[in-house]
Amino acid sequence: MATDTMHHGAHADEHHDHDHHDVAGTKVFGFWVYLMSDLVIFGTLFATYAVLMGGTAGGPSGADIFELPLILFGTFALLISSFTFGMGVLAMNANRVGQVKMWLIVTFVLGLMFLGMELYEFNHLIHEGYGPDRSAFLSAFFTLVGTHGLHVTFGMIWILVMLVQLQTKGINPATRPRILCLSLFWHFLDIVWICVFSFVYLMGVL
Amino acid sequence: MFGKLSLEAIPLHDPIIVVVGLGMVVGAIALLGALTYFRKWGWLWNEWFTSVDHKKLGIMYFAVALVMLLRGFADAIMMRSQQALAAGGSMGFLPPDHYDQIFTAHGVIMIFFVAMPMVIGLINLVVPLQIGARDVAFPFLNNLSFWLFAVSALLINISLVLGEFAKTGWLAYAPLSGIEYSPGVGVDYWIWALQISGIGTTLTGINFFVTILKMRTKGMTMFRMPIFTWTALCANVLIIASFPILTATIALLTLDRYFGMNFFTNELGGNVMMYVNLIWAWGHPEVYILILPAFGVFSEVIATFARKRLFGYHTMVWATVAITVLSFIVWLHHFFTMGAGANVNAFFGIMTMIIAIPTGVKVFNWIFTIFRGRLELTSPVLWTLGFIITFTLGGMTGVMLALPAANFVLHNSLFVIAHFHNVIIGGVVFGMLAGLTYWFPKAFGFTLSEKWGKRSFWFWITGFYTAFMPLYVLSFYGAARRMQSYPNAEWQPWMIVAWVGSVLIAIGIACTLIQFYVSIRDRHKNQDVTGDPWDARTLEWSTSSPPPFYNFAHEPVVGDIDSFWTQKQRGIEQAEEKDYKDIHMPKNTWAGPIISVFAMIFGFAMIWHIWWLAIVGAVGTLVSFIARVFNDDIDYYVPAAEVERIEQAHLKRLEAHS
Repeated sequence: MATDTMHHGAHADEHHDHDHHDVAGTKVFGFWVYLMSDLVIFGTLFATYAVLMGGTAGGPSGADIFELPLILFGTFALLISSFTFGMGVLAMNANRVGQVKMWLIVTFVLGLMFLGMELYEFNHLIHEGYGPDRSAFLSAFFTLVGTHGLHVTFGMIWILVMLVQLQTKGINPATRPRILCLSLFWHFLDIVWICVFSFVYLMGVL
Repeated sequence: MFGKLSLEAIPLHDPIIVVVGLGMVVGAIALLGALTYFRKWGWLWNEWFTSVDHKKLGIMYFAVALVMLLRGFADAIMMRSQQALAAGGSMGFLPPDHYDQIFTAHGVIMIFFVAMPMVIGLINLVVPLQIGARDVAFPFLNNLSFWLFAVSALLINISLVLGEFAKTGWLAYAPLSGIEYSPGVGVDYWIWALQISGIGTTLTGINFFVTILKMRTKGMTMFRMPIFTWTALCANVLIIASFPILTATIALLTLDRYFGMNFFTNELGGNVMMYVNLIWAWGHPEVYILILPAFGVFSEVIATFARKRLFGYHTMVWATVAITVLSFIVWLHHFFTMGAGANVNAFFGIMTMIIAIPTGVKVFNWIFTIFRGRLELTSPVLWTLGFIITFTLGGMTGVMLALPAANFVLHNSLFVIAHFHNVIIGGVVFGMLAGLTYWFPKAFGFTLSEKWGKRSFWFWITGFYTAFMPLYVLSFYGAARRMQSYPNAEWQPWMIVAWVGSVLIAIGIACTLIQFYVSIRDRHKNQDVTGDPWDARTLEWSTSSPPPFYNFAHEPVVGDIDSFWTQKQRGIEQAEEKDYKDIHMPKNTWAGPIISVFAMIFGFAMIWHIWWLAIVGAVGTLVSFIARVFNDDIDYYVPAAEVERIEQAHLKRLEAHS
């Protein structure tokens, strides 16, 4: 078995479409499929929330505890972060590494603001005595919102990883699909959050 | 420091566990010692553990599955022995506490650690070859999936000697699996073993879905794909859509147990029936994840040995797709007794009967393929014929269970046990053993002994009927499932007959083991030089056995269903292309095993509440994954000269043979 390593570049001309499937395209497609499976997890959590939202067990309901202005602030931070990530992808398509990094940092800060809002809310609720063990409604609420928050946290770790890779490797065939996948992930979390905001918070206070 | 873990956790009070545990430990030490003595660690690590070759991963899946089959079957024969003894006031030899762990472990092991890895192992071995690909879409993830599964199997076996396993039944229904009624570590072993291996399964689903859609060779349109590949595609769609439900459900149970949340508790607004609904929303598609690829195996086997194109290729595909869709709208038939009301029960009853129709279509397709074919009664064909009869019977008892009115009587009785063993043994087990015999020469380059394969078949099928027909009978007398003992001594004769059946199956398994021994001993005599020992129809038989690691030197071109067969019929040898090109291949990686070991450490620490170790496991998993992302040295080119050397060596062997 031959074990020599050669670089893509050296072979790019000799190997046309013969034994190369579209590697980057396959990666992004595979990531799409992963997102769909992740969506099933969120779907399960939404269904659970719908079943349990009446299970307040004498504790507070959504109308009693949700503070819409705060949530709206976090929501806008996350929505704007999707826009800034989009700008980052445009910069990548124009091969401007510096701008990509700048937009990723802006996105990271906005994500941090969103997470800060969420942690403040959770901390506040737990201090009031409305922790996730208080009732089935609160279990479902903390789990649905917390799972989204955990995803945002992983997205932010991923942004940091990509910032390091952009610094050391620049934009190349390895990092480009990763940025695209991360961008899909980030927009996906935005869409899930819009559902959380409408279904949990808005319907909760109505 | 060690959480709930102490020396008390070793179950020294139970002589059976002590003996089995000692046996396991001695066996493990002997194996590790032998590997060290014969200096095989490097070989194992470099050639197997870190391999991203789908064929080797397939073989490893199957190897682990066969070991776990022995473990799961040991549980089975203990249960049958217990029920043969514990009649009319006798308590048998297994106390309830141990018996409950055994039936739970039996179900969990047989489904998750035998049936699933066999199915996924076959998909790994066969699908890329059938579609003319050189590897899968994500070779590293494929290795990672295997290791996540393997470390979970290890966790299950650790539960035997450290602590206990769940006593809840294989699906760990709440609230019994909640912290209030199951305060021990048994359910936690169940949780973390399934959670870790389940994530691996989801990754496999994504991987093969993308592989089949994106990496088919030239000319292979969707409707030219072999039926096994079609069933694998549908099984992977089911994995992608259903395993996340399992992941979420187990996570919710985890939150209940570890953080005192109230999803599935009796108080504070929890809803226990939601657990049952969620687990079956995954669980029903799961049975089709297992059976669809088995259907695929039978289709390949029957077409090959009847020397005919499969009857009704298109209806076979559409039947598979119909089952895939319908499998998501029948889950409630597992608990008609929930009390959802007549309309809901009627809907799910009718859907359950409807799903039998595409399955019936398939049965007729297989029968019509045999009709006017020249059927060769090889052992894979015997498994297939045994399957057609046994599975049809099991399907009919399934339709009986689909009647809500009858179901209220049969719920939780031995009828259910007899029914699902009827379809799982008759369908999945027979299918996997047929697939094992059929594709073994492709994986290893020599055929398995037909004599011992046929013996195995006859013992399995007579054993199955002897073991499970009595259970149908007993269910009409009102025998419930999961009985540690029963007062009615009149049931005992039937139970003894069932025990005899389990012994016959044990002989069948022994025949398979002897089959391996005999075949490996006679491997030079049974050598398959041509790569096509059965004169078969699909692409995997057009390359050598075992195939070179790059599968195909030249990308095959397909013009029809069963293109390889058509070419052979027309006498067209693949025009010998001398013009070899460099081949792009993925490199082996340490990342899969390392990440998985950290995941296992995390799972083990969570089970025993060793929080510092859990942090080590979680951080280790994340950091080793990120380290992999920073590794750019993941692929290489096999030089054309090397490809030429391997191909010429194969051609020389062919010439010497003919």
